Amino acid sequence: MQPEQQGLEVAVLVSVGRHPITGRARRAEQDARGVELALTLASELPGTRINVLHAGQQDINSEVALRGYLGMGLNSLTLLEQPEGSDAIAALAAYLTKALPPLVLTGTRAECGEGSGLLPYALAERLGWPLVNGLAAVETIENGVVTLLQALPRGQRRRLKVRLPAIVSVDEAGPVARQSAFGPARRAKFIVTSAIHEPDRELTQWHLAPARKRPKRLKIVKAASARDRFKAAASKAGGKSGQVLSDVTPEQGAVAILKLLEEEDVLR
Amino acid sequence: MLETLLPILIFSALALAALGASRRVRLWRQGRPSSVPILKGLAAMPRRYLVDLHHVVGRDKVMSNTHVATAGGFVAAAVLMILVHGLGLGSSESMGPILGGLLLAASAAMFVGSRFVARRRRNPPARLSRGPWMRLPRSLMAFSGGVFLATLPTLGLLPDDFGSGVLALMLAAVVVWGLGEMVFGMTWGGPMKHAFAGALHLAFHRRPERFSSKQGGRRSTGLKALDLDDETAPLGVGTPSDFTWNQLLGFDACVQCGRCEAVCPAFAAGQPLNPKKLIQDMVVGLSGGSDASYTGSPHPGKPVGEHYGTPYGPIVGLAGQALVDAETLWSCTTCRACVEECPMMIEHVDAIVDMRRHLTLERGQTPNKGAGVLDNLIATDNPGGFDPGSRLHWAADLNLPLMADVKQAEVLLWLGDGAFDMRNQRTLRALVKVLRVAEVEFAVLGTEERDSGDVARRLGDEATFQRLARRNIATLSKYRFQRIVTCDPHSFHVLGNEYGELAEPGIPAQYEVRHHSTFIAELYDAGRLAFAPWKGGRVTYHDPCYLGRYNGEYEAPRRVLKALGIELKEMERSGFRSRCCGGGGGAPITDIPGERRIPDMRMNDVKESGAGLVAVGCPQCTAMLEGVVDASAEVRDIAELVADALVEPPSVNATGSPREPVVKATAEEVL
Ligand code: SF4
Ligand code: SF4
Repeated sequence: MQPEQQGLEVAVLVSVGRHPITGRARRAEQDARGVELALTLASELPGTRINVLHAGQQDINSEVALRGYLGMGLNSLTLLEQPEGSDAIAALAAYLTKALPPLVLTGTRAECGEGSGLLPYALAERLGWPLVNGLAAVETIENGVVTLLQALPRGQRRRLKVRLPAIVSVDEAGPVARQSAFGPARRAKFIVTSAIHEPDRELTQWHLAPARKRPKRLKIVKAASARDRFKAAASKAGGKSGQVLSDVTPEQGAVAILKLLEEEDVLR
Repeated sequence: MLETLLPILIFSALALAALGASRRVRLWRQGRPSSVPILKGLAAMPRRYLVDLHHVVGRDKVMSNTHVATAGGFVAAAVLMILVHGLGLGSSESMGPILGGLLLAASAAMFVGSRFVARRRRNPPARLSRGPWMRLPRSLMAFSGGVFLATLPTLGLLPDDFGSGVLALMLAAVVVWGLGEMVFGMTWGGPMKHAFAGALHLAFHRRPERFSSKQGGRRSTGLKALDLDDETAPLGVGTPSDFTWNQLLGFDACVQCGRCEAVCPAFAAGQPLNPKKLIQDMVVGLSGGSDASYTGSPHPGKPVGEHYGTPYGPIVGLAGQALVDAETLWSCTTCRACVEECPMMIEHVDAIVDMRRHLTLERGQTPNKGAGVLDNLIATDNPGGFDPGSRLHWAADLNLPLMADVKQAEVLLWLGDGAFDMRNQRTLRALVKVLRVAEVEFAVLGTEERDSGDVARRLGDEATFQRLARRNIATLSKYRFQRIVTCDPHSFHVLGNEYGELAEPGIPAQYEVRHHSTFIAELYDAGRLAFAPWKGGRVTYHDPCYLGRYNGEYEAPRRVLKALGIELKEMERSGFRSRCCGGGGGAPITDIPGERRIPDMRMNDVKESGAGLVAVGCPQCTAMLEGVVDASAEVRDIAELVADALVEPPSVNATGSPREPVVKATAEEVL
């Protein structure tokens, strides 16, 4: 890997995670994978600086969770402090506009709060930066262009070249996060800056209720032999009706999506 | 000539030895401070040597007598030699003949001893180191023989002019050889170093409480807590100098007898761990250098000569090799067989866990499933990551009284994480049945119970251990009970021996803990249980490490089995020599590959005993032994055997004449 300029800065956005069974605060899976990617990058590209960012309040819960990231081998974490109920997007956008890190990594979806998965998109929209989701690996960074491997369903990969600065989101396809160690976690420092407090107006109008398990589409396999069953399990599910759209206008794309949603009875 | 030569030789050897000693002491003092009572330790040393050390050495009678003759003869001969030849008391009219005579006797005894040392060296077993150790018997004979001969003229048993010929020169050379090995070599790193370091190690041992007193033998097996409040204290041991000075001193005392190697299950399984080599690695580390001069068996699969270290350098390399490889440290099952066998009272398990602590707490390098298990313990209070609310699901139909409801009970039944395991749930159900039949008033913590912290601690995660332990202590402090009963020896050990150190003002953490076999034996003795006679086949019993070596309970399980009418077929390795099942110390989690599997070897032991059923008393052992493919024997917990044999107790003991305790079983009690 050829570093084009020494000292690339990578910002990783991290949130306070929540264990799915006990609800205890922890480092969020996807965000931790983002940190893992950044750490791997730093070990391959000497001079890479990692700036881990969290917008939110500082309390016992968030401290436990955030130190979980620090224990992966980071010296510090920048905490954009804001009271509960503030809009993290505003704070992050304001910070990133000033700091201008070329590469921003983030998890795809938070483990608590709204967890809508919209933050990367909203942030990219505000900053006017490109966004790539499903990052599997960062391959090279050259002349302000990063070559990424994007994960697609069923293990497929797509190589993309993206001009920096860019936001890249990480999901389960990213590398598994390394263990968080107690010593480094305890020693690392929080750099606290107070951030703009813009109450999240939309959130106040929402009605929050515990999520129900979503129904899963059953894949009915009529197979006589183990071989058939294996083939059925390994084959693409419902691949017949899919369609790849390329070179279409946004309008045509939207129409196609709407049509699919109506066919699938999602929209009536 | 000899008369003038001998004092010069003796005193220069002593001076050089003093120089070497101060250098060696400096090496030890690179370690961290550890406060031990110096004078009290020195005063206790002879007793620790004569009683505790010889208790271990005495398991091999020939070796023990050899050592008494050689070492005793040497100490006496050395002192007398200084008096007779060094200070010239040999020529004094009154003292000369007596002292000289004693010196002859002492050196003769030593000579006889060294003949036995030589005999063992003729065909040395693989566990013994070679190299300089092979010349030791000859050096011993040179010293004792040389001193003997040189004393003859002093006593007038040889003509006085003997002391001036060529013969005398040759004799002087032999004496120089002997003095070189025995006095100079003692402090400059020769094989005799074990005597110098060993004596001081006995005096300044980090666990003075493990030595017997006049009241009887004692035991000290709990790991020592790390101080997590002090942010400057190192978390575990990353470099040799992170050990305390008396730990370093202990490593230096190793005689390379290889008894630890011979009993280590990981070594036998071909995993890359040889406890003897590990201790020698630490000796290399404390003085700096490479392991190339090591002459014993290596860590299986790891050639000697590729590892090197310095007192302040890393033990496990950050990238590439250093003093030891991480797999070596993670192969240990913490079975304590090595510690039990070590005549020098070296604490291998403490050292291994210290180094693991560094790998886990500082580097985040717990191998294989380790990190996941620790995450689970942090998030769900159990290693499997199960919903803590489901801890009592196995007992949904049993209506177990909860401590939260009853607040107090005679017995608190500690379930352990086996509550999530379908196999162990059968054991638990059997145990509950036994308790109910015996009308024991008991209660469980239910979902308030958390993992005891055993696995976390042995994987080096002291922080998670202490968190779990403190929460458990807080929970336990809410209720009143007389004793804790558990079918999990690991919980037993941790609750009974390791929580105490974490007590806080107002919240004591001293509990009376009983293994279920002990408790069942008591119930039986009290006439509260009665059994139908045994009709099954031959049975053997596997001693769990954490019940036996860790807690000295060898007898109660055997008493229960005897009460069931079972006549045990003991395995060759049983009691304090029991071979580990491979399940302790997080070994199944870190899962370091070897050539064989430890549980397979243990099941083979069972097979050789001719038993068709092996009785166990530990959920880990059950899981490990039942996991053996094509096993020749069935695995059942003692609680299950008891529950199956229950019959109505005779006249349910309203008036109750307690039964006479059944005859003591054969297991040897150790310190
Ligand atoms: S505790 Fe057991 S496994 Fe570990 S080194 Fe000692 S004998 Fe080997
Ligand atoms: S550690 Fe103990 S048992 Fe092992 S070789 Fe050294 S002295 Fe012998």
